[in-house]
Amino acid sequence: MGLKLRPNRIAAIMLRHYYLIRGSFSRFFPLFSWAAIDIVLWGFITRYLNSVSSSGLNFVPVLLGAVLLWDFFTRIMHGVTTAFFEDVWARNFLNIFATPLSIWEYLSGLVLSSMATSIIGIIVMVFLATVAYGLSFAAYGVMLTPFLLVLFMSGIALGIFACGVVLRLGPASEWFIWPIPAFISPFVGVFYPVSTLPLWMQYVARFLPPTYVFESMRAVIAGAEVSAGELLQALFLAALYILLACRFFARIYRHAVRTGLIARYSAENLS
Amino acid sequence: MTMKTKVLSIKGLYKSYGRLAAVDGVSFDVAGNEIVGLLGPNGAGKTTIINMVLGVLEPDRGTILIEGTDIQKNRSEALQPVNFAAVYTPLPGNLTVFQNLRIFGLLYGVAGLTDRINELLTLFDLNKYRDLKCGVLSSGEQTRVGLAKALLNSPRLLLLDEPTASLDPSTARDIRTKIREFVSQGTSGVLWTSHNMYEVEEVCDRVLFLSRGRILLEGDPRVLPGEHGKQSLEELFISVAREGLEAA
Repeated sequence: MGLKLRPNRIAAIMLRHYYLIRGSFSRFFPLFSWAAIDIVLWGFITRYLNSVSSSGLNFVPVLLGAVLLWDFFTRIMHGVTTAFFEDVWARNFLNIFATPLSIWEYLSGLVLSSMATSIIGIIVMVFLATVAYGLSFAAYGVMLTPFLLVLFMSGIALGIFACGVVLRLGPASEWFIWPIPAFISPFVGVFYPVSTLPLWMQYVARFLPPTYVFESMRAVIAGAEVSAGELLQALFLAALYILLACRFFARIYRHAVRTGLIARYSAENLS
Repeated sequence: MTMKTKVLSIKGLYKSYGRLAAVDGVSFDVAGNEIVGLLGPNGAGKTTIINMVLGVLEPDRGTILIEGTDIQKNRSEALQPVNFAAVYTPLPGNLTVFQNLRIFGLLYGVAGLTDRINELLTLFDLNKYRDLKCGVLSSGEQTRVGLAKALLNSPRLLLLDEPTASLDPSTARDIRTKIREFVSQGTSGVLWTSHNMYEVEEVCDRVLFLSRGRILLEGDPRVLPGEHGKQSLEELFISVAREGLEAA
């Protein structure tokens, strides 16, 4: 299976997602509503903590910034899986995989669709966090770029992996996928330093790229030096996970083609 | 007799599920300007063959060449001149007719896509449903949308799995005429499965009788029954399906 990507085929996958969102309020509304609720909730919590804390620590960039970055990661991951689920829900695999579309073009289409939908949520979150709660991204400086890049790549890797799981286990297994970010969040130290965790959880955290983002974010806010080496390690890990996730998806896809799963995907008993 | 180009060439195709051979050493060709009927009882292996030709099911053995390109070695290139319609795979019901055709047109890289879509909407009498979601259409209308999708890229190889199963007799006849016209105007070949023997006699140039994954009979559907002492193709079908080739 070659790696030659045809833009028209990738555009078809994106256009499909655009049509679905444009024509459905129930798809459009969640793109920003949950993100907005998160920011409002955490915005008030940080205000309250600022008012009762005597430490002088500003909780807005620490907690609200963390929520925003974590939501960015979650949104990217769910963006990929949701675009994939649309084909699951519409029982569209046979139609779509019987075309010249390659799985690399398909995955590229899912990733770009996820980027487009995530941007909407991020814009709303940034607007609310900045205007309503005074979050300033200047606090993160230039480090914001590698932070976003690591989280973006991690979200893509996890999203592709999740698509592979659902392709292998069947439509009902989507319920394994939605809580994955919640399962990961305690390990990566979104709201607290990783040193707070028991040792075994710290070991796990080292293999999760978002850990380095949240540790570095707290270091930036505290005025401490950020380890460029650790961020590079996070980028390397995230890139490695994307490759592994793509390989995993490709293996699952080949298995599905060998066993006839693609043609009969809607059958629950295949899981 | 002129030599026709092969659009599909299948050799020694074999697929098993566990110990059950769903397709057992099948070989045949489909030439340009030819409609080949793939007949057989349920579970004979017709859809399995179609799925393998579409690249969504991998054979255990054998080769499938589409216009000379091996689908296992170069799937995307091999599938470029192929399209299909099947009664069991409606297009996504949450998109409109036009949106679905546009998306699949992009997937096949159809040039002048909007004009081609409009042409097909007219051909299949779908203009009034253009902006309706496919899910709200009747099964017959959805079948016509599926056929419009199948002709989007003017395929050199068209696979039709019971394309008229959900259509009323009048619409079914109309569709058969359109497919016949499509084949006679170009150089495309069609592999057509159906359980309607009258339809098969009307449209197919050649038929292959499949039973338990093997081709038992092959020939002209208008001549074949007489050669085997039967009154009609339907009688021959029932005989082959129930008792195998010996009885036929």
